[in-house]
Formats: sequence, structure tokens, C-alpha cells
Amino acid sequence: MRLSELSVGQQVAAGTLRVDRARLVRYADASGDQNPIHQDEAAALAVGLPGVIAHGMWTMGAAVGVVVDWVGDPGLVVDYRTRFTRPVPVPADETVEVNVVATVGALDRQAGTARIDLEVTLDGARVLGRSQALVRL
Amino acid sequence: MAVDPSFVGRAYPPDEPYEVTRAEIAAFAEAVGATHPAHTDPQAARALGHPDVVAPPTWAVVVAQRSEAKHVQDPAAGVDFTRVVHADEGFAYTRPIHAGDRLVTTLHVDTVVERAGLGMVTTRVEVADEHGAPVATVTSTLAVRP
Repeated sequence: MRLSELSVGQQVAAGTLRVDRARLVRYADASGDQNPIHQDEAAALAVGLPGVIAHGMWTMGAAVGVVVDWVGDPGLVVDYRTRFTRPVPVPADETVEVNVVATVGALDRQAGTARIDLEVTLDGARVLGRSQALVRL
Repeated sequence: MAVDPSFVGRAYPPDEPYEVTRAEIAAFAEAVGATHPAHTDPQAARALGHPDVVAPPTWAVVVAQRSEAKHVQDPAAGVDFTRVVHADEGFAYTRPIHAGDRLVTTLHVDTVVERAGLGMVTTRVEVADEHGAPVATVTSTLAVRP
């Protein structure tokens, strides 16, 4: 992939993330984030949530995979940030699908970087805001 | 209890070095559905010029969160975890993180502000190698309901 082959607004990748409660338990173990609202219905309801929700960091971590696969080397993602705008509820015994579309947001030819903007949606509503990965090309 | 703005500017002492393993990078990659071979196959990683398998771009949250716990778990900071929503997160890398790295984290409290009735606490974790060379900066904002 070369910077000169990219233009702002161009879609470079897309994908579907799939998450169920078993995956949230594995993410909790792998990340160390054992907040019970991501595993236990009663704990989630007790703090006013509609039920178990995915870790925002799970969604952030999963979404950037489409960028890594596109750019071909995880080490080329030099900056990645997002806001968390909506929770991703994960009902028991269901697999929830989150959609990701990655487009070129900006190009910096001097720095040799492309800002890839991620649109991450659940049922058409954005769950991440200003989700941007900077890749070195 | 409200968040305490007097914590702004505080830098905590550096944490003990954390040794990154292939197994935990693989487990993290699996959990987030990251299938790039450089996360799990040392030969694939070396073919790209890395010394060992490469952590996924958000893996640094593992060491950052351990460091942030010192602030979050300090009762005086007023960050009640049952009233917290994660507002934003950011990772800036000087270089990628690899298995075998021994990382030293240092926690800073950058801002504590009230906005729309919420206490917004932004922390920054500087991640360095054991010789002090910078590796990454992880920023995180928590919104705390009163």
C-alpha cells in the first residue's frame, strides 16, 4: 500500500465484528477488565443498564482489526483513538454483529501517514465516535 | 463524593516492569478477533521486521489499566467505579509492543473537570521500556456520575 494510491474519502476496508458473552469473558480475562457489567446480567441491571454490554475497549480493539489486515502489519498503526458513544448490548445466547467501515480521513504526505476513520455501527447507529487510526505508509 | 480536582498534575511513581508474553498477546488477539499472523506467529512477525510477535493496537490497555487502578482505587480521588462510564481512549505508539518487552508504566492525572454534571477524569499512562526509552502513551477519560 502506498500513500500516493490513496485519496480522502476512499473506503479501504470493511468488516463485521461478532461478539457473544463467551467472547466477553475471554476479553475480560485477556485484558484484565473484570467489571461485572460485561459478564453478569444482575450487575448490569443494578447500575441501570438494559443488560450485559460489551467492553467499549473490546469494540475499539476489534474494530481496528480491519485496518491492521488492510495495512498488512500491526506495527504500522501508530496512533488509534476513539470516543465511546453508545453501549453494545450483548443478550444471553445471542451473537451480536457490529459493522465497521474504514475510509481515508486525511493524508499527510510529509509525515507519510494516512488517517483512517472508522464508522462502527450497531443496527445502523454509531457506537464509537471520532474513531481514528493513524497508519504509517 | 465528587471527583477531586486537586489530583490534576499528579504523577505517580513508576510501576514495576511488566514482561509481555507471547501467550497473552495471542489470548488478547483471539478475544478481539484479530487474526493477523504477526500477533501469534513469531516467523510471520520477523518477516515484517519485528523481533517477536506484535501486540494488537489496543493491547497497551492491559498495562495502562493496571497503572490507572492506583488512581481509580484511591478513595480520595472520588472515582466510584459503579458510577463510571468510559468516555474516550487513545493510543500513540513510538514503536510497536512485542513479546519479550519489559514495560514500565507511569501514571499521570492530566485533567479533572465537571461537565454537564459529570466528573471527567483524564489520565495519561506513559509506557517505556526498562531503560526508559518511550514506547507508547495511553490516554483515557472516565465520566463519573455524581
